Amino acid sequence: MTDGSGRLGREAVAVYGLWKRDLVRFWRAKSRVVGLLLGPFFILVFFGFGFSDARFGSIPSSLSYLEYLVPGILGFTMLFSASFTGLAVLSDREVGFLKEILVAPVSRTAVVVGRIAGGATTTMLQALLILVLAVPLGFRPVSLVGVGVAVVFLVLVAATFIGLGLAMASQFKDTQGYNLIVNFALFPLAFLSGAFYPLSNLPAPLQVVGYLNPLTYGVDGLRGALVGYSERALVVDFGAMVIAAVLTVALGAALFRRVEAV
Amino acid sequence: MNAIEVDGLTRRYGDLVAVDDVSFSVAEGEILGLLGPNGAGKSTLVNTLCTLLRPSEGTARVAGHDVVADPGGVRSSIGVVFQEPALDEELTGRENLRFHARLYGIRKQRRRERTATVLDLVDLADDADKPVGEYSGGMARRLELARGLLHEPAVLFLDEPTVGLDAGTRKTVREYVARLNREAGVTVVLTTHYMEEADALCDRVAIVDDGSVVALDAPDALKDGLGGDVIRLGTDGPAAVERAVGDAPWVRSVTRTGDGLDVGVDDGERRVAALVTAASEVAGVSTVSVDRPTLERVFLSLTGRTVEAADETGPGVAVAAETEADDD
Repeated sequence: MTDGSGRLGREAVAVYGLWKRDLVRFWRAKSRVVGLLLGPFFILVFFGFGFSDARFGSIPSSLSYLEYLVPGILGFTMLFSASFTGLAVLSDREVGFLKEILVAPVSRTAVVVGRIAGGATTTMLQALLILVLAVPLGFRPVSLVGVGVAVVFLVLVAATFIGLGLAMASQFKDTQGYNLIVNFALFPLAFLSGAFYPLSNLPAPLQVVGYLNPLTYGVDGLRGALVGYSERALVVDFGAMVIAAVLTVALGAALFRRVEAV
Repeated sequence: MNAIEVDGLTRRYGDLVAVDDVSFSVAEGEILGLLGPNGAGKSTLVNTLCTLLRPSEGTARVAGHDVVADPGGVRSSIGVVFQEPALDEELTGRENLRFHARLYGIRKQRRRERTATVLDLVDLADDADKPVGEYSGGMARRLELARGLLHEPAVLFLDEPTVGLDAGTRKTVREYVARLNREAGVTVVLTTHYMEEADALCDRVAIVDDGSVVALDAPDALKDGLGGDVIRLGTDGPAAVERAVGDAPWVRSVTRTGDGLDVGVDDGERRVAALVTAASEVAGVSTVSVDRPTLERVFLSLTGRTVEAADETGPGVAVAAETEADDD
């Protein structure tokens, strides 16, 4: 059954297949995707306008609240859509499709890489869509280079939370338990990240939790790249995100490897 | 070389022994049926051979690869159709096959050839570009059969391939399985709890009960083990007939019944004429019928119950357990 192209080549074809499946399904689910993006978009519109005159502690006065908020909403959107990769694994299990994947002569590593690649791509597309929608609201990225740097941060945020989603999905047998935990974790993660307001406005104990949250560094990095304002040097944000991404992807891959198909 | 060799295979779930010290082998090109009621351990056995479950004890080799030491080798040599459907309903039939081909590392050129071949084999070429969500149960099953063969496996595992299908579709799917075996030369291992399916399709049948293989032979040999065919003769002179034919070399047994005799013979259809001729010389013959042994009776004689009865204990227990859970 080999095509004489070696093991690595075959694994690459399998990763491509997994990635392509996610994209095809994403494209077929266009209306569902738009529905999912409405939530973050409404927050962007109404918070952006509603709080336009409010002042939030350390936000410099040269920065409008909309400018402060857009990178935060991008991070929130990423969090939201990255959780769907874990959900996809579990719904594959529920409809039996996971067996088709796990009985194939493909290493678990390739399955994990394919899943993360597919999930990261679709998650990024959603974040970029939000970014495009923010432009008519009056949002302007500082530079094209900045957008490029932002894409790097988006990739890191996607990888981090997809890794986390896979790790959690491997602990559940069905989507119900997973959904419960995700719904429980989603908003605290978003509120403790500086996405909507500076962390320094929170009581000290909550700030500590916030600084342990990878999204804090992702959002700050995105803000630095897109509007030129960040609480930390971008290198610090970048380093923190790389560490977070490596750790969660490794954790997700290790736990997913032990998943039994039946 | 045998396609499958199983030696002392055991699989436990905690205290429950689902597969208990099973040994058998399957020749290349053979269709082997694993026949038994739900919960007998057939699916566990198949999942172990497919490397989805690890054996607790014993060894198994599939297409020359050990299921524990070389699961990758096993996986590239087998095709599997699971008991529950395992298709992506949002993709079309062709996209499901394309995804499968990529998982098995098959490149574009050969993928196209193989896809066309297997779609033809199961007569789905015209429906290949519809989403699988719009397929009927029978079409989905056929697509899974096609997919199982796409990467040209040496062994095809079918776990209850016709369960949940209506009688007509069941028959069609059986015909396709026979055709795949004949035309692709693939060795087939299938589990079933339908007697007629095992009888019609399989070269050999393993009767599985309570985690063990209690008998393994060709369907006819299993049935012959019961003592061959019985010719039921309605006659007004049973004693005379018994004297006339009782000593014939092809008569195994003679039993009196209410309106005549049951005569046990080796090959009922071939002997019926001779028996009737001999009987009508000494008495009047009113009715005659040949009763062939069935796998149902084989199963009954080996396990002391019918497959249906064994099946019913399964769901019954489950319902009881659910009721208890509700009370909590």
